[in-house]
Amino acid sequence: MRSNEGRLTDSAVQPSSESTSGLLQELVAHLRENRTQLREDWARRITESRLLTAMTREEIFAEATAVYDNYVTVLETGSVEALEAYARDLSERIIPRGVEVHELLGIVLLLRDVLARSLFVKYQSKLPLLSRVLDVYEPAANGIATTVAVGFVQERERIIRQQQEAIRELSTPVLQVRERLLILPIIGVIDPQRARQITEQLLRGIRANRAKVVVIDITGVPTVDSTVANHMVQTVDASRLMGATVIVTGLSSEIAQTLVTIGVDLSRMRTVGDLQGGIEEAERLLGYKVIREETGEEPEEEPEATI
Amino acid sequence: MLVPILKQGDFLIATIQSALTDDDLLRLRDDLAEQVGRYRSRGVIVDVTVLDVMDSFAARTLRALAHMVGLRGARTVIVGIQPEVAFAMVQLGLTLGDVETALDLEEGLELLHKRTKRSASRGR
Repeated sequence: MRSNEGRLTDSAVQPSSESTSGLLQELVAHLRENRTQLREDWARRITESRLLTAMTREEIFAEATAVYDNYVTVLETGSVEALEAYARDLSERIIPRGVEVHELLGIVLLLRDVLARSLFVKYQSKLPLLSRVLDVYEPAANGIATTVAVGFVQERERIIRQQQEAIRELSTPVLQVRERLLILPIIGVIDPQRARQITEQLLRGIRANRAKVVVIDITGVPTVDSTVANHMVQTVDASRLMGATVIVTGLSSEIAQTLVTIGVDLSRMRTVGDLQGGIEEAERLLGYKVIREETGEEPEEEPEATI
Repeated sequence: MLVPILKQGDFLIATIQSALTDDDLLRLRDDLAEQVGRYRSRGVIVDVTVLDVMDSFAARTLRALAHMVGLRGARTVIVGIQPEVAFAMVQLGLTLGDVETALDLEEGLELLHKRTKRSASRGR
């Protein structure tokens, strides 16, 4: 050991790859030896910094152990694959509990600092060797921090994408209210991708339900830009090619103003003030007539039954 | 590929069987315009259900067909445009102008019955 260190110090100016891996082995051995002590230091500092407040002390300690062991393994083997898998798994567990990016990054950086300090203590009498050890340690430690952070962010993005999909699926129901009459209530902001999806669903709905009239209600749409307005016109045209008439209802005064200001040609679009008016107009086009039944005795209770 | 034209009462029905060349389309247009006069038909249905593309030439020819048939005194309904085709057409900016469309053959016949009845009663 001593002679080995001596040789390393002598050749400090030109480190060969062999001596680097030798240093790494020594580093790993040191971390394994002091595992209990360093791990506790780390867990204590996590608690002190008020990170991971969503988790209990025991949970933090359990995760800390796992991260520590993974950390040492990565330092030893240089392969981050196992760590990537672990980071994904960890993120999956802690994201639903409200752990933020800065917390995760914080604890990984804390571990880096705890380990670096223990290296300072160990090599404080041999400064050239310390600097060599740090040369080996730092890139590996930074790589690990990056891997964990990237894994966390990727997992979050995956969840966000999943939720976006779910919202999209939910947000455009095509409903049949009468034979040959569909309504399509649109709620929320329409982006070009969603507009395209709405059109596709509507056209498929027209074929599946053999619809002749479609009422699109946009009461729940806060704003419309020219792209979306043009897409709506396209939807109307496409529906017409399939033999269906489209009635658009619920244009707010803001949207009406926007459409007039940006000069979208809406002459081919049939618009009615609100959904009720739209359905009445559609029923008229289809030849339906809703008659309120007169019983004479209890007129208040009857309308429900007739509609 | 020749498009068969069937006479069904007062109406002519042309059902496209496979993808058509430009010449086939022109021939369909001319045949229909000619037969409308020969059979004294009041309406024409062109069924495009099997077409999975509609290019600008096809759209223009169908428009011309409808106008020619109209000048010869009959109405035209295009039926069976598929959702994907309809979407592609509007994206490419292709329209059928004021030509009437219906979902399928059944709807088209119903539409023609309604339209010709109305114009007949107006004529009286």
